[in-house]
Amino acid sequence: MAKADNDFDILVAGAGYVGLAAAVSIAGAAPDLKIAVVDAAPEGVWQKDTRCSAIAAAAVRMLEQLGVWQAMVGEAEPITEMIVTDSRTADPVRPVFLTFSGDVGAGEPFAWMTPNKIMNGALREKAAGLGVTILQSTPIERFETGPGHVTLHTPDGREFTARLLVAADGVRSRLREQAGIRTVTWDYGQSGIVCTVAHERPHGGRAEEHFLPAGPFATLPLKGNRSSIVWTERTADAERLVKEDPFVFEVELETRFGHQLGALRLEDTPRAWPLGLTLARDFVTDRVALAGDAAHGIHPIAGQGLNLGFRDVAALAEVVVEAARLGQDIGTLDVLERYQQWRRFETVQMGITTDVLNRLFSNDLGPVRAIRDLGLGMVDRMPALKTFFMRQAAGLTGATPRLLKGEAL
Amino acid sequence: MTDTGQTTIDSAEVERFSRMAAEWWDPRGKFRPLHKFNPVRLDYIRQSVIAHFGLDARATRPFDGLRFLDIGCGGGLLSEPMTRLGASVTGADASEVNIEVARIHAAESGLDIDYRATTAEALADAGERFDVVLNMEVVEHVADVNLYMRKCAEMVKPGGLMFIATINRTMKAWGLAIFGAEYVLRWLPKGTHQYEKLVTPAELDAALAPTGMTVLERSGVSYNPLADRWARSRDLDVNYMVLASRPGA
Repeated sequence: MAKADNDFDILVAGAGYVGLAAAVSIAGAAPDLKIAVVDAAPEGVWQKDTRCSAIAAAAVRMLEQLGVWQAMVGEAEPITEMIVTDSRTADPVRPVFLTFSGDVGAGEPFAWMTPNKIMNGALREKAAGLGVTILQSTPIERFETGPGHVTLHTPDGREFTARLLVAADGVRSRLREQAGIRTVTWDYGQSGIVCTVAHERPHGGRAEEHFLPAGPFATLPLKGNRSSIVWTERTADAERLVKEDPFVFEVELETRFGHQLGALRLEDTPRAWPLGLTLARDFVTDRVALAGDAAHGIHPIAGQGLNLGFRDVAALAEVVVEAARLGQDIGTLDVLERYQQWRRFETVQMGITTDVLNRLFSNDLGPVRAIRDLGLGMVDRMPALKTFFMRQAAGLTGATPRLLKGEAL
Repeated sequence: MTDTGQTTIDSAEVERFSRMAAEWWDPRGKFRPLHKFNPVRLDYIRQSVIAHFGLDARATRPFDGLRFLDIGCGGGLLSEPMTRLGASVTGADASEVNIEVARIHAAESGLDIDYRATTAEALADAGERFDVVLNMEVVEHVADVNLYMRKCAEMVKPGGLMFIATINRTMKAWGLAIFGAEYVLRWLPKGTHQYEKLVTPAELDAALAPTGMTVLERSGVSYNPLADRWARSRDLDVNYMVLASRPGA
């Protein structure tokens, strides 16, 4: 089927890991589908992202199956151990309530810390190899659905048509709003400070999450003697901290990080990201599917945002590819509803779990501390529950899409 | 009406047909049961045609080069997917309204389908021949099953296939497909199916026997109310499909 230049089978809005992975997953299994990824940012901006992400075992299996992981593994640091403590900031010794170590499967770390730009670059390269068109500087101003297709308009007057629009344009998705899909939102009044530090001694592949009164403080191991910090504070405090003199910031950081790995040195400029819970009431409407943060922005307390995004991608790709194999119109509601049924329940469940965890732990009341310490201590002593938490952290529960099991579509 | 997609119907009529097309194709609308039923039929057709003709199961257009007839095509719920899979499809329906609806929707979907308001008899007598004849949910509505099956079978090329889907004449079928689907769940308008016109597998065999077609397999199609999904099964008591072939040249 010869199509005009601006006419596609699938248009993906948003060239983050969710949008790119969706394009790669579908293009790899259904090479005849014509796919484009459009993104508002100018060319090359993605290379300036200095953040790192924890990619869970299931998502790694998917990236391996897509032939993308091979280009990332050299820059990825395995997390082989994870500890959780519940402390006041000034406590000299933080009792460890949960220790997770060992692998999800034989020889499989439960997550890998990977620089975002490495993942994004590997996905872009694979997408280009599969014939996916990537258009930067292409914001979508509005779209309308007509019979059999959706038409997208850019502010500079360009037009694109497609049978299916995948909105992967982030937690403040404009396309979601345009589609008339409402959300449930909650602002935590907290922000996550993200930065990278170098330390004198090796971290040994260990991730730590300390539940401090203002919110969780997590350290995640990076390549070399470096760690990624995700540090939650009340928004006003977070904004003040990132604007402080680097010396003051480092002192505050050391108070929380501790001295067990020796002297610390900040490697980049800390930035604060406001945290909230945003759940879309619907994941789909006629010709439109939401994926990733556009469908669900959750609290990063359990490190699940990215992995929920990959689960969306795996489920959506499986549904779309199966429909294409049956000759169905991939943008119709009867096809897209399968994706919605598959993803919505688990997402709401994860949103509520992370919300409760955050409310429970961002708290310095004595009785609440006693109850949650008891809770974490019990989890540590109950192997079945611990396995559940570990497997959940690795993204292995629920009805699993084939890609997440490392199988081809 | 001609066979080329041109129409002499005026614009008010076209608008009425467009609304009907939207209704035919609304997965939550009047034809919801057919939409729910469609994936299991499509999957069966895809797998069987690929296996029979030795086609590439990985291809997105495996049916390239094959000529299909969709008899009783309605709004085109089967004709469109078959076209996307590469087949060159003739969709026939005795209802001119259905054909107009199907044409409008195919144009909206950007698909080239040869829709004709005609009957199996007329097509067969005109000498039309096909690699695959889809004969889905029609036989229980025709006046003369034996004549109808003979005419359909005539159109299958040597080495070709015919798919027949229908409803068995059993008490269970009356309970589920007529009383359940038409009176209790209101999935279908009352009177869609008449019990005495339902066709048993044995009657279908008898109608096929003189046509030179060989029955390859029969499978049931059952509804799972919990998953709200249809799946193939071994139970032929209600909905069932028969796959038959004409021996090769």
